[in-house]
Amino acid sequence: MQFLLRRLAFYLVAFWVAITLNFFIPRAMPGSAVDAVLAKFPQLLPPARKALEATLGTGNQGSLWSQYLTYLNHVFHLDFGPSLSNYPAPVTSIVANGVYWTIGLVGVATVIAFIVGTGLGILAGWRAGGRLDRSLPGMMFLQATPYFFLALLLIQVFGITLHVFPVAGAYDGINYTPGWTWPYIANVLDHAFLPALTIVVTSVAGWMLQMRNVMVTTVGEDYVMAAQAKGLSDRRVVFTYAARNALLPQLQGFGLAIGFVISGALVMEIVFSYPGIGYLLLNAAASKDTPLMQAIFLLITVAVLAANLLVDIVLVFVDPRIRAREVAR
Amino acid sequence: MKALARLWRRLPGTAKAGVIMLGVFLLIAIIGPEVTPYNPSVTTPLQAAAPSGAHLFGTTQTGQDVLSQFLIGVRLTLELAFWVGVIATALSVIIGVTAAYAGGLVDELLSLLTNVFLVIPALPLLIVLLGFLNGTSAGQGQLPVIFVLSLLGWPWGARVIRAQALSIRSRDFIAATRETGERSWRIIGFDVIPNMVSLIAASFVNTVLYAVGASVALAFIGLTDPNQWSLGTMLYWAQLGNALQIGAWWWYVPPGLAVALLGTALVLLNTGIDELSNPRLRDARSATKIASRRVWTTDPTPVFGAPDGHRGLAGLARSFSRKSLIDEAGVGTGNAEKAGELR
Amino acid sequence: MSPVLDIKDLSVAYQTPGGDVRAASHVNLTINKGEVVGLCGESGSGKSTLAYGACRLLRPPAVITSGSVLYSGARTGTVMPVDILRVPPHDLRAIRWRDVAIVFQSAMNALNPVIRVRDQIIDGMEAHLRLSKDEAHEKAARLLDLVGIGRERLRSYPHELSGGMRQRVMIAMALAADPEIVIMDEPTTALDVVVQRDILAQIVELKDTLGFSVLFITHDMSLLLELCDRIAVMYAGRIVELGSAADLKNAPAHPYTQGLLRSFPSLHGARRELTGIPGTPPDLRDPPRGCPFIPRCGFARPGCAQVDMSLIPVRGSRSPLHVTACPFVTHEGAVDAAPEQETTAPEGALS
Repeated sequence: MQFLLRRLAFYLVAFWVAITLNFFIPRAMPGSAVDAVLAKFPQLLPPARKALEATLGTGNQGSLWSQYLTYLNHVFHLDFGPSLSNYPAPVTSIVANGVYWTIGLVGVATVIAFIVGTGLGILAGWRAGGRLDRSLPGMMFLQATPYFFLALLLIQVFGITLHVFPVAGAYDGINYTPGWTWPYIANVLDHAFLPALTIVVTSVAGWMLQMRNVMVTTVGEDYVMAAQAKGLSDRRVVFTYAARNALLPQLQGFGLAIGFVISGALVMEIVFSYPGIGYLLLNAAASKDTPLMQAIFLLITVAVLAANLLVDIVLVFVDPRIRAREVAR
Repeated sequence: MKALARLWRRLPGTAKAGVIMLGVFLLIAIIGPEVTPYNPSVTTPLQAAAPSGAHLFGTTQTGQDVLSQFLIGVRLTLELAFWVGVIATALSVIIGVTAAYAGGLVDELLSLLTNVFLVIPALPLLIVLLGFLNGTSAGQGQLPVIFVLSLLGWPWGARVIRAQALSIRSRDFIAATRETGERSWRIIGFDVIPNMVSLIAASFVNTVLYAVGASVALAFIGLTDPNQWSLGTMLYWAQLGNALQIGAWWWYVPPGLAVALLGTALVLLNTGIDELSNPRLRDARSATKIASRRVWTTDPTPVFGAPDGHRGLAGLARSFSRKSLIDEAGVGTGNAEKAGELR
Repeated sequence: MSPVLDIKDLSVAYQTPGGDVRAASHVNLTINKGEVVGLCGESGSGKSTLAYGACRLLRPPAVITSGSVLYSGARTGTVMPVDILRVPPHDLRAIRWRDVAIVFQSAMNALNPVIRVRDQIIDGMEAHLRLSKDEAHEKAARLLDLVGIGRERLRSYPHELSGGMRQRVMIAMALAADPEIVIMDEPTTALDVVVQRDILAQIVELKDTLGFSVLFITHDMSLLLELCDRIAVMYAGRIVELGSAADLKNAPAHPYTQGLLRSFPSLHGARRELTGIPGTPPDLRDPPRGCPFIPRCGFARPGCAQVDMSLIPVRGSRSPLHVTACPFVTHEGAVDAAPEQETTAPEGALS
């Protein structure tokens, strides 16, 4: 329990750093950058203009400290003001729309990729040097391929040339209305297939490589040899002795990699015009919609931190030594 | 030179492939821009033409030569990644070693800083940063990208280096040098860091890998200077010019493939460094063939002459290097009786 | 009465890029029922290689290059003896633990850190015996009783136990399937002397109660002299002396054994100067001809290079089972000219 509390405290600190970064970045930018933002939105109504200046730190706002406190106040009330590129829609509603799509797509695909990749990695590590290892360079290639490039290729092959899958959007807005109806859900799945495939194909490779390496090290441990000395079945040795222990660093790696996986997925959203928060963030950055940019950045940060905390919770269940290590401190 | 040759021999095959691939890219980076057939920015009426004799990689939608852009792109991308690698690795070494050596509060703070920047997702932050700089005078050229990537690229290496520095610090020979009164920075410079060379090398390669991926992604989104012909920018223009829809695969496949191959080469290189330093990974690969038969780490120890499938006694005999144990088995050093006992 | 374990002419080598390392060469060793046999030698002498090799537990690049390991146990329904080195993997798994169990050196490393003690003891049982869940649980509890650990420790994880307790758990685990032979690889080396004493006493008690044989591997000769019925001394992958504990204590018949005995103090008798054995063991990749101990032996002579290291009865000794690889030594420990049949090598046998 203590372990989790310490982790939670850490994530809160990290979140606070992210919030503070958000506050200081516009103020650290060279003047030309700030001017560029203001220049993009010349026709703002006074309240919006005031809000923008508060974000950017221009104009007469009072001391830095009081600006900071005001900012913190806004953040904790989830008040980010209106989106500038989608004026006057409030930032929060725009973000809320995109979140569902991203969680559904990226979240599910990542979990699938992790499970499949880890499974393959267990096999590859157990039989290191065997047939599965022949696929390693291919796996490395996949891991090194940018998500969005694979997306482009998949679109070209399956979307355009073969016309098997749609290439844009989350669903066909013209012919289908949202709701819990099968045609709608089928259409959503249809649209989600290629993006999900992209995520799975690229990230499976990473998980597999990582798990394989961890397994190789674990298989060399004394307790695996001791398990074999006991005449236990191969299945038990692989899973209960080797994989179970290898899972710990693998899960820790998962926590660290979540940020990367999500980042890659976000860029991929733009290729598919998939209306998730990645797509929104990138459009916001391109149009210099500062409030929207900041809000999404914070949201993504919270998501990553929460995912990390989740992994920590799982780790506590899986590794009995963690509780002891904390108690011993 | 000899040490390099020895190193080369010890690398596994895949790592060698990686080094060669990297070499090819470096070659392109060095001579590429000198041999571009055309000016990459010049437009021609030959729009979106498929690869041909005149344009080996075809043309873009505005008739620009893809090959020329590609040749410049490789250099720009590698240049950028290299500088980020150098700066970020230097930062991570400084921070990691300082944290390990200073200990106490300094270590706590630096570690906290490192972990915080590790866990905050980098790409979104980069997007925010570049979102501001893009299109402004401060956002031109490669410098801003190098700057922001280096700013966020050091935590990974710092963590690993700190851990290694800590373990080296606690080793006996360091205590010994401390006893002799050597000053801290000398210890660090001459004893600690040389022991971490492979780790720093691996960290550098990792950082370059991250820089390549991140810079290409950022360029693709359009957050870097679109007038710089990096590989990512090519992809940006390809996307903008609807390369997919018009079927101009020659526009986006070369840069994308190049990035993937470059990344693969770096990963292979890293695997090589990993195996050189982690004996278990090396054993897993090398010690698995006895008598041309695969032996898994977890198999029972193979027995010479066992009838249960270890075929080819002769093959087994031949597989032994130098001294043949079979020969020796028949030759006693004076006890003919004993020699007769053996098969 | 055939021995429970009969290791014949066992040789193990490690294939390395620099050549084959002969970790064990032509080792002959038997273990009888209820006996405690000690295996003594410095690091690199091949004692662990021998023991693990006999069970085919060595990892690549180890290869067993000659020999057989014949097991004749009390198991019914199988034709004895069985050559452990040549049975198919399925049978090998059946023999492991049920017939030959191992207590590993480092309990912290040999225990699975993420599963409970109870599960680790029981899985060794379930792989070989038909027991209900309750029976298995009760048996595990009784095993812990036997080794002197409270039953509540069944639910513990390895890291929650002290070093001594972990080692006892290892012993309990080894006994889970009622083995005939227990190989103990330096079981007490990492523990402090008091705990060591306790555990050794426990082992002897268990052996007397349950009737298994023990192969006790250690570098600590003094331990073996107290504990074992017979002791084998290994050097550079070969057995150089084999005999009862009394034989070795009173009449060590190999210069190496003599060196070992001189290097630790005795509580009784006159005080004497401790001497080690100068020099280092040979490179096993390219062992010289003849006796590997030549460079470090105080009695080396030209004939030593022709010695073939087979074990011969000690000259003048009343114990017929006391054998040594040094043909020049007598039971009084004197090293003198060898009797005639050893010195002349047959023509043409040397290349």
